[in-house]
Amino acid sequence: MVNKIRVPVREQDPKARTGNFQEVSYGYNAQEAVLEASRCIQCKNPKCVTGCPVTIQIPQFIKAILEGDMPGAASVIARDSSLPAVCGRVCPQESQCEGVCVMGIKNDPIAIGKLERYVADWARENNYTTAIPAVPNGRKVAIVGSGPAGLACATDLAKAGCDVTIFEALHKPGGVLVYGIPEFRLPKAKVVDYEIGQVRKLGVKIECNVVVGRTVTIDQLFDQEGFDAVFVGSGAGLPKFLGIPGENLNGVVSANEFLTRNNLMEAYVPESDTPIYVGKRVAVVGGGNVAMDAARTALRLGAEVEVVYRRTRKEMPARVEEVHHAEEEGVTFQMLTNPVAVLGNEKGWVTGLRCIRMELGEPDESGRRRPVEVPGSEFDIACDVTVIALGTSSNPLIARTTPGLEMNRHNGIVADERGITSRPGVFAGGDVVTGSATVILAMGAGRQAAKSILEYLEA
Amino acid sequence: MYKILKKRILAPDICLMEVSAPRVASSAQPGQFLIVRVGEKGERIPLTICDFDPVAGSVTIVTQRVGASSRKIFALEEGESFNDFAGPLGVPSEFIHEREEILKEKKFLFIAGGLGTAPVYPQVKYLHGKGAHVEVIIGAKTRDLVIMEEEMKQVAARVHICTDDGSYGFKGLVTARLKELLDGGARFDQAVAIGPMIMMKFVTLTARKYNLPLIVSLNTLMVDGTGMCGACRVTVGGKIRFACVDGPEFDAYQVDFDEAMRRQSMYKLQEKDADHKCKIGLGNGQ
Repeated sequence: MVNKIRVPVREQDPKARTGNFQEVSYGYNAQEAVLEASRCIQCKNPKCVTGCPVTIQIPQFIKAILEGDMPGAASVIARDSSLPAVCGRVCPQESQCEGVCVMGIKNDPIAIGKLERYVADWARENNYTTAIPAVPNGRKVAIVGSGPAGLACATDLAKAGCDVTIFEALHKPGGVLVYGIPEFRLPKAKVVDYEIGQVRKLGVKIECNVVVGRTVTIDQLFDQEGFDAVFVGSGAGLPKFLGIPGENLNGVVSANEFLTRNNLMEAYVPESDTPIYVGKRVAVVGGGNVAMDAARTALRLGAEVEVVYRRTRKEMPARVEEVHHAEEEGVTFQMLTNPVAVLGNEKGWVTGLRCIRMELGEPDESGRRRPVEVPGSEFDIACDVTVIALGTSSNPLIARTTPGLEMNRHNGIVADERGITSRPGVFAGGDVVTGSATVILAMGAGRQAAKSILEYLEA
Repeated sequence: MYKILKKRILAPDICLMEVSAPRVASSAQPGQFLIVRVGEKGERIPLTICDFDPVAGSVTIVTQRVGASSRKIFALEEGESFNDFAGPLGVPSEFIHEREEILKEKKFLFIAGGLGTAPVYPQVKYLHGKGAHVEVIIGAKTRDLVIMEEEMKQVAARVHICTDDGSYGFKGLVTARLKELLDGGARFDQAVAIGPMIMMKFVTLTARKYNLPLIVSLNTLMVDGTGMCGACRVTVGGKIRFACVDGPEFDAYQVDFDEAMRRQSMYKLQEKDADHKCKIGLGNGQ
């Protein structure tokens, strides 16, 4: 008889964790992992694999866990993912592998993410590595950006024998894994640095402080540095703002700025030189994962936090787990609420957020019901910091400096689902093509592009 | 790591450093800036580029010791290194797109305040190389704080020094000297002001009266400096622009200076270097 309920995962106590940046979820131990693995019914045609953007052979690695073959489990995952400890922690499994799990029809779906994390953590803790440099094929590929798309693309190319160099604009590799996702969700030194180290073990070189489009152009990479192909995975760019009065008051920051100060620059550590300002009350505008990360970070920095979102909980793009964790920790929510102005004092500092109530109307292009204002329902929320988490538009640097590269109207690079752009030899994937999305979708795009690059290099 | 090849003290708290950074040196253009970091937990600090030598692979920067982070830079000696040195960043000065024949016929005026003299230098050097007529007003609080006068004289047709206390050159602010020059009949096709925000604001107010086309280079707050965080946003022509990727140079008459100055002070209270004192005669808190 199969257990209908998934093995719960142990977590840091909500009260305690709001006072620290340590990881919230402890993950499974060996017994819990085997017990959860035993719930998998090993489908002949596993839907979970097709639900995974990088097509990890999920039933295979779960079977290996059950058989106590941890090296086998790690090897199965490594065939398709170079960042399993990352993905096990941050993927929106409920809308991917776990969302299509057959068990989920009547019972809890298998906790695939937690099992993936368990395998990846085991491999790291036991120094089990599958990263061995391949036989060189004599091809040189440049990758722009060391975030999930670039790392996934680099991994597959290196495994095929390409000489791969990743160019990173910031001082630390990892992209959004380092500047965006907070430590309490994704430990940097333990998890991110280690998995990037595994990618380096395949022979991939990472050069930091190179802003492609400025320090070197894509044309120069081809003409002067001898690269045979370039993959652009430079990620999302400039933060979007609301376009309402008061948005440039002191105390209004983008989620990107707030999180970059805290995560990449480690402003929460006393030794860090980088300042961060949270005040006493923070209003976070937005309903995605980034909004949740900003809210929970502000909370840990000592503020009271309210999230303002214009639709309802059902439409929130954030992972269910993130919203749940935020709530547990004491973040409050104002749903069906939209800011109309940021209020400030005579010195130009934020004092509040003027909002208006919304109701849901007809569905819009995204299929979600369009929120419309309820006339006369304005009210004020007192706050001294407003964090705007509305997503990003594309970074214009590569667009402006790469002739012949077709752009869409949002300044994103036009690329098909195989990562092919309008410039021969130039491939692209991840947020720079799609706009803000998820780690795993960027990784999927990076892998697709790697495939296309290998085909291009052979032709 | 990016090694310091040479260090020279220009004024009591101001030093010049030539740093080995071949990639930046080969791609830098007048008007651009870079970001440096000192130490494992160091801040990302935007600095202007003072000179660059693609052959030697070196970039020259000038810094003033005003707070914790700039003190860390100042403390570095020859042979030591920056952890990070990223750039060049920002859009190069617009005149680099002009043809030499056009530039030859043009008269430029640069107005440099304090440390702003450093980023003015590569622009003047470039224009001089193209045969343009260039004059430079350099303003400082006192004689000791006038930097790069000799270097500037090599590339500018005239250098006008102003000191607040009259210890050297013209006694008074750069705006007074600017007014004097223009009232005296001097005419320029283009002016560029680089210095503290408050100086650029007042230069703008003065130049407006003479319909003098004016560009300013905005030294806003920045974190990544590559177009990601939005900390550097400024209102230019009523629209939000990002100094790191749309600037740092903008048409002075479109810039909301009061907002820009206010935004610069956003982290004043949090800054772990709360002892910033103005060294160029603007009083405290500017």
